[in-house]
Amino acid sequence: MKIRIGHLYPDHLNIYADRGNMAVLARRAEWRGIGFEWQGIGPGEPLDPAAFDLLYVGGGQDREQALVAPDLAARGQALEEALSRGAAILAVCGGYQLLGRFYRDRAGVELPGAGIFDHHTIAGEGRMIGDVLLDCELQPDLRRPLAGFENHAGRTILGDRAEPLGRVVAGFGNDGRSGFEGCRRGRAIGTYLHGPLLPRNPWFADWLLAHALTGPTGEPPELEPLSDDLEADAQHVSAERARSRGGRGLS
Amino acid sequence: MRLALEIALARAAGRLSRLAARGGGTTIPGRILDSLDPEAVGTLASKLPAGTALVSATNGKTTTSAMVAEILGPRVRLAHNRAGANLVSGVASTLLAARGAELGLFEVDEGALPDVARRVRPRAVCFANLFRDQLDRYGELESIAEGWRRAVAALPQETRVIVNADDPLLAQLTGEREGLVTFGLDDPSVARERLPHAADSKYCLVCGTPYDYAAAYVGHLGDFRCPNCGHRRPPLGIAARDIHLEGLERSTFELATPEGTTRVDLPLPGLYNVYNALAAASLALTLGASLDEVREGLGRFRAAFGRFERIAVGDKAVIVLLVKNPAGANEAIRTLVDGNPPRLAMIALNDDIADGRDVSWIWDVDFEPLFGGLERLVAGGARAEELALRAKYGGLAPDRIEVARPLERALDRALELTPAGGELVVLPTYTAMLALRKITAERGFVRPYWEEAAA
Repeated sequence: MKIRIGHLYPDHLNIYADRGNMAVLARRAEWRGIGFEWQGIGPGEPLDPAAFDLLYVGGGQDREQALVAPDLAARGQALEEALSRGAAILAVCGGYQLLGRFYRDRAGVELPGAGIFDHHTIAGEGRMIGDVLLDCELQPDLRRPLAGFENHAGRTILGDRAEPLGRVVAGFGNDGRSGFEGCRRGRAIGTYLHGPLLPRNPWFADWLLAHALTGPTGEPPELEPLSDDLEADAQHVSAERARSRGGRGLS
Repeated sequence: MRLALEIALARAAGRLSRLAARGGGTTIPGRILDSLDPEAVGTLASKLPAGTALVSATNGKTTTSAMVAEILGPRVRLAHNRAGANLVSGVASTLLAARGAELGLFEVDEGALPDVARRVRPRAVCFANLFRDQLDRYGELESIAEGWRRAVAALPQETRVIVNADDPLLAQLTGEREGLVTFGLDDPSVARERLPHAADSKYCLVCGTPYDYAAAYVGHLGDFRCPNCGHRRPPLGIAARDIHLEGLERSTFELATPEGTTRVDLPLPGLYNVYNALAAASLALTLGASLDEVREGLGRFRAAFGRFERIAVGDKAVIVLLVKNPAGANEAIRTLVDGNPPRLAMIALNDDIADGRDVSWIWDVDFEPLFGGLERLVAGGARAEELALRAKYGGLAPDRIEVARPLERALDRALELTPAGGELVVLPTYTAMLALRKITAERGFVRPYWEEAAA
């Protein structure tokens, strides 16, 4: 068994420790004897929809993000095909915004996104910065917390068909008012949570690994449990931070 | 008359702050003065007969300004915010405390630079580098750069600007201003093979093409050139050549300037300290120092607190290396590992505002060369577990990692693991460094930092 990861724009979008998310996926695969293949995909480079089990898009500073945005927007079809072939997607922060329908900047100009998620993002006054805690229920028997950090000026508005990743327990979330964070479409997840997300939320790293390894129709494999005491302690501290000092919502 | 009264009030507050053991009173007097009279900072600065010089950078501003103070100290009386209080309040407090000073010398926080420059109308400003740093506090690099761009445009015409030409963003934002002083490294033998993971300004600011580096020195600093549009490093007015890095002890280099060339023997390790020394030399020369004064001042420099500082603790020594962002931490680690790779280290990660509440930056640091040689890591501070995870997923076996959130406990444990006569390397974030200093001061090993600053 092996997992093949396609990492979009690793040289441009790497601001909030996206490397940490990769390290967690790689180690947790390795510790279970699952092979791990990683490939970076830069602007203009081909993306074979059949070649990957998990596609990853990270976050960048505005300048770098603007450099890759048109390239990503043009990949909507390839990403759709990868999804229909059973690939999972994780998009964080800027990557999450760019996979929506469009992004409207401060001047009112709309930049098209890849259209994978049914949401759009509007640049707002003031950044939403702080620790965040979510309550997620990705399936009826799996209700778990996700703890992270958010730092975004964009307000992301989910469309009628869109499902959020979780409910905000503490922090701002998608837009500071809806009470929701992130977006989920089957095995594709978009979120503002970095910090990075996966080291302190190993249950979610394993959920992604399992679903990436599933194939288009099968059941996700049972992954061998790992010792996650340190991870649990880190999540606990991070969750406490969100409760005591996370964003309080916008009026 | 009104200003005199305000000054008296503000100074009294500083004494109260020290009496109340709230710290050194390095910011409170200035904060009071500034709220009483926002014009006062400018008025006080304008009374300095030799004017004011500012140093700003993501990394090295404390060290660089301390070097300038060492060079100029014998010649002029300085008002210098040595303890690192580098917002408007710290500048104001320093001006209040420094009676009879001739020259103001201030390290200035990157975000506060435009405001401070507007108020004090500096005689010279040194822009030394910009790296990604505490995005939750400073925002993105581009927003700091935009503030600096506007600050440069608003400077009085006679203000001299000194810039690190190896930083593409700084070279671009200072443009071709009259009297501009450019400095940079000119020795490919000490360059890195490739840009580090967290390199920032690596795409051409004009056309977006990745820069070609004839030499990349620290982070994205180097001899850059765009293969597409030709945007490149401007010519160097002042350069460091023939650089020799000698372990954790010292570095030497040839300082080439329009006034001549001299060999500098700097008792500090690491290429980033060569940059600091070069920035300090360029600023000091612009302020009228001679080459001899520069060489001698740099030659007798001692590390600013927490910057490769050695503290004797009984028969052991603690070496403290402040880490606060990926570029700075990468260089501290590179210098450490190039010297004598430690087998034991303590890393202390706090997440207060001054450290950055977002701890994700630790994943952008290339810790792996350090982890590779460790038999034991003690992780301390409020976010010790995050640091431990960084090590675990960075390849350090979990049984080599110990977690002790309270800093005193972490320090005691790390000292216990240090062999007699040995050295313990401690890498703390900013507030963890202050806390560790307090602990060692209470045990009588170092003086409180405000006394150190006054010495």
